[in-house]
Amino acid sequence: MKKLPKFLGVVMSAVLVLSVCACGGSGSAASSGGDSSAAKSDGPIKVGVVNNPPSESGYREANVKDMESVFSSANGYELKTAYSLKNDEQLQAAQGFITEGVDYLLISAAETTGWDEVLKKAKEAGIKVYLFDRMIDVDESLYEAAVVSDMAKEGETAVKWLLDQNLPEYNVIHIQGAMGSDAQIGRTGALDEQFASGKMNKVVQQTATWDEAEAKKIVESVINSGDSFNVIYAENDGMAKGAVAALDEAGITHGVDGDVVVMGFDCNKWALRELLAGKWNYDGQCSPFQAKIISDLIKSGSAPSSKKIINEEKGFDAKALTQADIDTYGLGE
Amino acid sequence: MKERIKKVFKSSLGQLAIPLIAIALLIIFNLIRDPGFFVIGLTQNNDGNLVLQGNLISIINGASELAVLAMGMTLVTAACGGQDISVGAAAAIAGSVLVKVLKSGSGITGGRVLAAFLMACLVAMIFGSFNGTLVAIFKIQPMIATLILYTCGRSIAYWINGGATPTVSSPVITAIGSFIPGIPVPTPVLIVIAMTILFKLLFRFTSLELFTQSVGINGSAARLNGINTTFIKLLSFIILGVCVAVAGSIGVSRLGLINHETLLLDIEMDAILAVAIGGNSLGGGRFKLSGSIIGAYVIQMLTITLYAMKVSSTDVKAYKAIVIVILVVIGSPVFKEKFGKTVNRIRNNRNGLMEKGAEKA
Repeated sequence: MKKLPKFLGVVMSAVLVLSVCACGGSGSAASSGGDSSAAKSDGPIKVGVVNNPPSESGYREANVKDMESVFSSANGYELKTAYSLKNDEQLQAAQGFITEGVDYLLISAAETTGWDEVLKKAKEAGIKVYLFDRMIDVDESLYEAAVVSDMAKEGETAVKWLLDQNLPEYNVIHIQGAMGSDAQIGRTGALDEQFASGKMNKVVQQTATWDEAEAKKIVESVINSGDSFNVIYAENDGMAKGAVAALDEAGITHGVDGDVVVMGFDCNKWALRELLAGKWNYDGQCSPFQAKIISDLIKSGSAPSSKKIINEEKGFDAKALTQADIDTYGLGE
Repeated sequence: MKERIKKVFKSSLGQLAIPLIAIALLIIFNLIRDPGFFVIGLTQNNDGNLVLQGNLISIINGASELAVLAMGMTLVTAACGGQDISVGAAAAIAGSVLVKVLKSGSGITGGRVLAAFLMACLVAMIFGSFNGTLVAIFKIQPMIATLILYTCGRSIAYWINGGATPTVSSPVITAIGSFIPGIPVPTPVLIVIAMTILFKLLFRFTSLELFTQSVGINGSAARLNGINTTFIKLLSFIILGVCVAVAGSIGVSRLGLINHETLLLDIEMDAILAVAIGGNSLGGGRFKLSGSIIGAYVIQMLTITLYAMKVSSTDVKAYKAIVIVILVVIGSPVFKEKFGKTVNRIRNNRNGLMEKGAEKA
């Protein structure tokens, strides 16, 4: 019963948020176009951020928090945010920001395609666009800079680590993220090269669309088919956890002293703790902290020397991991 | 006598014919493809328990959430002539509530799990009655009414825990989502059996089944006969709420982790499909719970078959769609009628020919 007031609070706040959204919508329609140039000269810098929702992953949660803390009113910004996992909703949100007249548009796209029109409109309106975390398939002239994790490099680092383990043979279960997302493409690339060159053997390559439960089913089906495997390469921590659950149910050992090498990505704190316990072998870090770099670029006012700015990444080996690493680099709780 | 048997066969088995044929076809297909598909073995898992393992176990285990949701969805479909598309989002809310309560104190005991589950049930029932109110009292199309929760449900789920993918680990949670020590059958399967029995008891000892069907077939006639149609519709959504809480709790317990964005993602579509494959009219009225449950297993079997065939990741959904289109078309009244007419014509022709032959002789 103690929880009930809290729940009511949630409902009330939902109603409140909805009504505020409604007001905001009508307000912006009335004042669109007029005062955007005036705002540029003085007052806070208006920044519109189109991002994936913080609930997507620990990575995104840290990323959203980072954006909110850097682009705060204390730092001289007025931050507007829109979160969606769906590309078309993101496109609409970006359109909305352009109509409202922001000064800067920061985008982490759900998909790499479909952004041409919106970015052209932004350019016409004199809005500077920064991409963060994820690249978009558009002409370089349409954005100022892209602060990204080099996902391909992330995959290469992970695969290089795997090759360094000098396993007698590599029979890999490859569980992919949502097909077409930048993270999936980058993390898949290096491994695909190994499959193609024949150095590693592809037992199965399936997408679980970031869904933990689906990852478990995929590994289960491999176990049931009787195919042998000794590496699980999951493209995020959640799917690695799903895969490990299937191994546990089938009585297959995994981790540092186990039969199967388990690899994940994102470096959630709970995942790094699995590494520390020796149950997983490797976790790739994908740094979620891009806001500071973009803020520095905005404040300096100068164009960066290169359009693509690579954020530094890390990869953790279970044997070398320390608690201090978890505290510093781990995402979430 | 023969007529009577035929009648019974037609009324009860007739509806189940499609899902049963679908399962039979999938079994035959897999037998030809690889008889090893059906091997079931006992293995010791990493917790030291002997557990059942094999594709069939994966199918009935993996379909648990879907089966539970399909039961509730059948009831809503029958009473309201429409579907609830918010079950996945609502399950994410229920799962988040479960995790919230589990994490609210130190140490996860059986009592706390029970309290958490009851809380999840309560919240899911409240959201169910929200949907139900829109449908039953404000007479909004079910799909439109539930579109609201479908859109905002996962955001609400996010608010409950704040952080992304919180984890809970405890032997009790493992026992619910995986195996109870000493019992080789996956616990989610046992939960589905329990839910089925609960529904059967509900139908046996109350008039819910009859009332639901009459409301679905002809609402005004039902009302004239003294049935409170509003209440029956509302009740169907509240019962679906319980199913949602059960499915969400299973989903969370499987891995001891809640990801609001992916928990039971797109399951509403599979649940509606299960109802349709089960031979139930999506326009409401008569229904068969067993049809929907079998429908759920058909869908899961299809998925696991495709996984076992190592169909490339990008193609799975397309293949699934092809099979489902065929199943739904075969199950449609238009096809049944045409098929029945053709069969009759062939039979009549044959009879006619035989009569002619007899005349000649």
